[in-house]
Order: sequence, then C-alpha cells, then structure tokens
Amino acid sequence: MKQFNIRTLKSGALCLMLASTGLLTACGSDDDKDAEMASFEITVTNLSANQPLSPLAALLHDADYKAWSIGGMASDGLEVLAEGGDNSTFISDDAAMLMTSASGSAPVGPGGSDTLTVTADLASVMQITLASMLVNTNDAFTGTTGLDVSDLAVGESMNQALPIYDAGTEANDEMAGTIPGPADGGEGFNAVRDDVDFVARHPGVVTQNDGYSSSVLDESHRFDSPIARLVVKRVQ
Amino acid sequence: MKITALIPALPLAFMSSMAFSQNIDVQVTNLTHGLHFTPLFISTHTSASNLFEVGQTASAALKPMAEGGSIADLIAASPAGSVNSENPVGGLLAPAITSPVVSLDTGANDKLSIVAMVLPTNDGFVGLDSWTIPSEAGSYTIYLNAYDAGTEVNDEVIDTVNGGGDDGIPAAPGGDAGMNATGVTTTESNTMVHIHRGNLGDTDLTGGVSDVDSRIHRWLNPVAKVVVTVK
Repeated sequence: MKQFNIRTLKSGALCLMLASTGLLTACGSDDDKDAEMASFEITVTNLSANQPLSPLAALLHDADYKAWSIGGMASDGLEVLAEGGDNSTFISDDAAMLMTSASGSAPVGPGGSDTLTVTADLASVMQITLASMLVNTNDAFTGTTGLDVSDLAVGESMNQALPIYDAGTEANDEMAGTIPGPADGGEGFNAVRDDVDFVARHPGVVTQNDGYSSSVLDESHRFDSPIARLVVKRVQ
Repeated sequence: MKITALIPALPLAFMSSMAFSQNIDVQVTNLTHGLHFTPLFISTHTSASNLFEVGQTASAALKPMAEGGSIADLIAASPAGSVNSENPVGGLLAPAITSPVVSLDTGANDKLSIVAMVLPTNDGFVGLDSWTIPSEAGSYTIYLNAYDAGTEVNDEVIDTVNGGGDDGIPAAPGGDAGMNATGVTTTESNTMVHIHRGNLGDTDLTGGVSDVDSRIHRWLNPVAKVVVTVK
C-alpha cells in the first residue's frame, strides 16, 4: 500500500514536469496507462460539544473488508486508535483488500472539519472506512466501515450521520490518567483489555457533574449520537 | 408460527395475496455495550393492531413484557392471522449479540413489530411499531430506540421478590449491578409509552440511589438494529 502511494506521487510529479516544459501528454501510472482512477473527498465535521476527534483515518477497500463489527473483538489497530487516537497501526493494515489509505494531520476540534482524499484504480466495488477517536473518553470512537461508494458518479456526494462506538478494550472508568485528550492528558493506548472485549454502541459518559466524583470529565464532555457528519464526494 | 390461527383468516389471506404475502428474514442485533434484551416477540400483523404505540397507554399485554420480560400475554393477545416468532433466541439477547435469522411467511400481514424488555430497567423496552414491510425484494435496515412503557416508576432498585413480578428491576443479567439502593424516584409522570430517558445509575454498588451502574447501564439510542430481508 505504501509503495502504491509512492508510485502515484512519482507519476504525478512526472506529469507536472512534462506539463511545465510544454509537452502535453496523457499522464497515467507507469505500468497501466489506461487505468481509470477514482478519487473520493472524505469530509468529517465534528458535531460534539467538547470531544476533539483524533486525526481521521480513511481506508479505501473492496467488499471483503470490515474494520470492526458489533459484537466482534476490536483489532489491535482499532484498539490503539480508540484508546489513544493513534491511527498508524489502523491504516497500515496490509490486508489485500485495501486499495489505499490516508490520515489527517491533526485532530478535528468541536465545530471543525477536515477533508482527506483517497485515490485508487477504479474498481467495480469500492468501499470506505473512516475512524477517529473521541479523545476525551477511555475508548470511544466514531466512523463507518464498508460504506459503499461504488455507485457515486463523479461530482456526486453522499452523507452519513456518524454514531459513537465503544471499542470494548478499556473500561469506561473516566479516571484521571486514563484519558488522552485535553480533559486529562492521561494515558492513551494500553495493551491490557479490561472491558467487555467486543465492539458495541457507546453508552455515553457519566462525568463528575452527574454524580461520579472520581470522573475527570465534566458535563461539557457528554455527547449524543450523531457525533459527526461524514460527506463523501467522488471527484474523479 | 400460528398456523392454526391462519385458517380462519384464509379468505382474507387469499384475497390480498395477490397484493401481498412475503417471505421475510428478520435479524435483530443488540447494539448496546452493557444491556440485555429479554425474549424477543416478533410479530407480523395488519394495520388493525399494534403491540404498542407511542403516546398511548401500554396495553395490559405489553405491561408484563416491559416490566418483567414475559411475552405470554402478548402471544395470547395476538390477533388471529398474525404470524409471529416467539423467543427466537431461546432466552436473553446479550450485549452486541445478533439473533438467529427468523424466517416468516407473512401471509396477509404487511406490518412488522418487535418488542423485548431491556435489562436492567424498570419498564424499558426496545420496540418497533408497525413497520410497513416493503413489497420490493431487498435488504432493509432499521434502527430501534428504547421506550418506557410508562407503567412503572423508574426507581432503579433491583427487586427479585415474586420472581421480579413486583415493582423494581427484576434482574441485571450481566451480574454487574449493585444492591441496597434507596431509589431514584417514586413517581412516573408520563404514563404513556414514551422514549426512555435512560438509566441514571450511580457508582455505589452497595447503596446510593440506584442499583444500576452509571458507567455500564446507560445507553444512547439506537439500542438495536434490525435487518429485514424481503425475498
């Protein structure tokens, strides 16, 4: 997957060079001049009150890939993402069904948005997975997996209201030192799995203002579904 | 399936079979992190009946389901001609678990309803009311909310007296609730079926106002996903 990205970059750079010297020519990848590409702009808007979203992770893949399922154990990559906001393991999954991936460069604050673009050879089935941690929680994340974008024509877009999932890998104790976001500045990923060890919808946070005196969270960190809006637009 | 019950309804079924009669598969997923569902009651029926309706008083048959998980009265009250699945899971549907596929030949029925109690609550239930079964083949996904039957005070006290038949929460199947709570409230202001406000809970497992754990037994809607495949 990384090699694919590098190759794409090179052919893009070559194309630019040729254009700048006045030699107009069709620019495709080196090994398949006729390959048609599909490119998708993925925009996430954070709708929460006070839950920054960790840098977005986006995957483009075929129909055989699911990054999580309700009742299924979180993968190691998902656990690292959901507990600490680090998406590097999640997007470096080298499964054959992955076409390409992208990562945001910074967290997406409440009210903010970020856009990633993923591009791959056009295929009959193309699906998107998107994931990001709610950083002022123990292991809450939002996203979608297996969103089918195969039928999008160039210029068309679709949107989804994103729910909140619980990775089930870290107990929702809300204790000081366990939450990586600005509410605490505590620990992110910890390999110990001390919760139910399956993915489900998140029950929400309790907070110190709602009678849980040990919680490091306050009322502003509460949330409801949906936590974010996802817009996918095919641009090529 | 109420095969015998279908016979008196045959003329009606025959008349409408040109317009309807579907074979459907139904699968229910408990989406929650820490709540159990009691035995599911899945019913296909006509627009002449409901299992429940928001803004209306819970029926006498719905009440024991919502307060104690018993679907016996709902089965007994099901109109002739309804095609039902009773307790397809064979017990509780645990958090994040998906039921087996329930296959129904809907006959003349074009409405689908589903109920099950949510534990631990006083009278909370997951519900689908009279969803119109599409005539077009395909897979349809429906997300369900948690409702409050409005028939019992949400005191959040676990009370297994009379097998849970008394007021109170009959059980917390996860074994993760507390005891000796003094009770969250003594009143139920909305006595109609309404959207459940959620558990309050607390973090005191040996006392406090609530026996349920606020870190485990709260939820956000939706609490269930239903996939209906029309064949």
